[in-house]
Amino acid sequence: MSGAPNPLRVAIIGAGPAAFYAADHILKQSSSAEVDMFDRLPTPFGLVRHGVAPDHQKIKSVVKGFAAVATSPRFRFYGNVEFGRDVDLAGLARHYHQVLFATGAQTDRRMNIPGEDLAGSYPATEFVAWYNGHPAYRDEAFDLQTPAAVVVGVGNVAIDVARMLSLEEHELAATDMARHAVAALARSQVRDVYVLGRRGPAQAAFTTPELKELSELPNVDLVIDPAEAALDALSAAELERANDPVLRRKVELIQSLATRPPAGRPRRLHLRFLVSPEALIDDGHGRVAAVRIARNELVGSETGSLSAKPTGATETIAAGIVFRSVGYRGVPLPGVPFDTRWGVVANVAGRVCSPETHELVPGLYTAGWIKRGPSGVIGTNKADAVETVHAMLADAEAGLTLDPAQPTAAAADEYVCRCCARPVSFADWQRLDALEVEAGARAGCPRVKFASVATMLAALAGEGGPAGN
Amino acid sequence: MKLENVLAVKGSRIETCALTDTVRDVIAHLKAANVGALVVVDGGRPVGIISERDIARAVDGESNVPSLPVQSLMTREVVFGAPGDDVAAVLDTMTANHFRHLPVVLDGELVGIVTTGDLVRAELDTLRGHVVTLEDQVMAGGGE
Repeated sequence: MSGAPNPLRVAIIGAGPAAFYAADHILKQSSSAEVDMFDRLPTPFGLVRHGVAPDHQKIKSVVKGFAAVATSPRFRFYGNVEFGRDVDLAGLARHYHQVLFATGAQTDRRMNIPGEDLAGSYPATEFVAWYNGHPAYRDEAFDLQTPAAVVVGVGNVAIDVARMLSLEEHELAATDMARHAVAALARSQVRDVYVLGRRGPAQAAFTTPELKELSELPNVDLVIDPAEAALDALSAAELERANDPVLRRKVELIQSLATRPPAGRPRRLHLRFLVSPEALIDDGHGRVAAVRIARNELVGSETGSLSAKPTGATETIAAGIVFRSVGYRGVPLPGVPFDTRWGVVANVAGRVCSPETHELVPGLYTAGWIKRGPSGVIGTNKADAVETVHAMLADAEAGLTLDPAQPTAAAADEYVCRCCARPVSFADWQRLDALEVEAGARAGCPRVKFASVATMLAALAGEGGPAGN
Repeated sequence: MKLENVLAVKGSRIETCALTDTVRDVIAHLKAANVGALVVVDGGRPVGIISERDIARAVDGESNVPSLPVQSLMTREVVFGAPGDDVAAVLDTMTANHFRHLPVVLDGELVGIVTTGDLVRAELDTLRGHVVTLEDQVMAGGGE
């Protein structure tokens, strides 16, 4: 086809930060473009709702900006509509000029060690989704009747998991953690949490504020071995060369906390460096009883990047539950080219392409973690989404789009309503949001989340609220 | 951020040439692909890299450069990266050692190439991401 379509009609799959940043930029850059956003859940905001820790409400305030995007008359939200189940590429291509995939990195990387699949070994993402009330994880059961837990990884997810395992019931109840998770964690026997970092303090992915928060938990002794907090010669040289005050401050805080004597608090959080899990050990009944860890040293490569190498020394940590948080991967979407090597939708700067030939696929785009892999903070998705939208608008201007037979809002709505029994609009979500916040006010927390799709749909039909989960 | 995050949005297309290609071929290839360097491969294995800079250096005082074979002026001491390498550390090394192109290898296979420009941009995007995140929080007036 030739010529710029007017109005340009865009479907966005996913409703997390990258999706909203993209929608915002499209609506601002084009005075006529129309955006329909789809999510498999009735609720928008992706990992802001189901990933960000329940005690980090300030981070969640970013949704106020996203909700403002949704007030545009050229924006519609279709929640409870899953790409590949309810709608598909062929159907969308009849009503939209462009489709943007922003579905995130939905699965975890494996550790590839013996015992990884024993009972009691979980991806941290499942635990996070469960305590954040993701409907698909409502019925997960985590056996917390064990004195010690191991969290593998030192990224922000690992640190969140360690903190949630360490908080007291009244602290958890004051957050928007799913009520089923508050109840389960209140019964937890876990008193020692071991967080394992493969490399040293200078390479740890967590931030200084995240560490400071751990050090200030009233009922938790943060335990760091001074020997593991000391920098090896390579890390010291890297710190010197990088001259990065943020990194220096983090290392200094780790080293200072390592010298703090334990205060005899009821819980302990052990932050370990230069150790990697080597095997999860069976208790004889198919459950995790312990984790054998290898001690590491850092070796430099030609590129200056430092990697961990086992020294040969090992030790064993007794623990009945293990959470792995060693990275995430995207999940392939039906009919959309996927780059299995990097675990992303195959793309060049946001334009979907064939992973083999790199030939561009007109009309298809990607943004966020499913485009670049899991990296950065929420705001990183803004520049990422803007890059993709630039490509989309340039291609639209050049007439390089899909060629929909019925590019109208009414025809698209009719298609979606035919494919999905109960699409959830943004106005519907606002009603659910109000019910959650009301229930939260009664319970003394920011909100009580609906934790199942059925209760959300029932509430929209005027029957019950989130407390009825 | 890791090199794999940079490669994910760059695609894995790698512009290569053979040892016996001429500099003239290389110049045409650099121009057509709009890149600054080609990885030199021999039997599928990367054995060197030839960049605009290598050619510019050779041109000085030499008149028949376009007909020279790649192997006579390529850089043989190539530093290779790994997908899990830290962008910040790699960028420091490339800047300190004055090279601008880094082929990335995974299990012996060439899987991409990154430039200092790619890495500066990745670092900049990371920092901008932090600024956007903090600004969004301030603008939303989020309380604890």
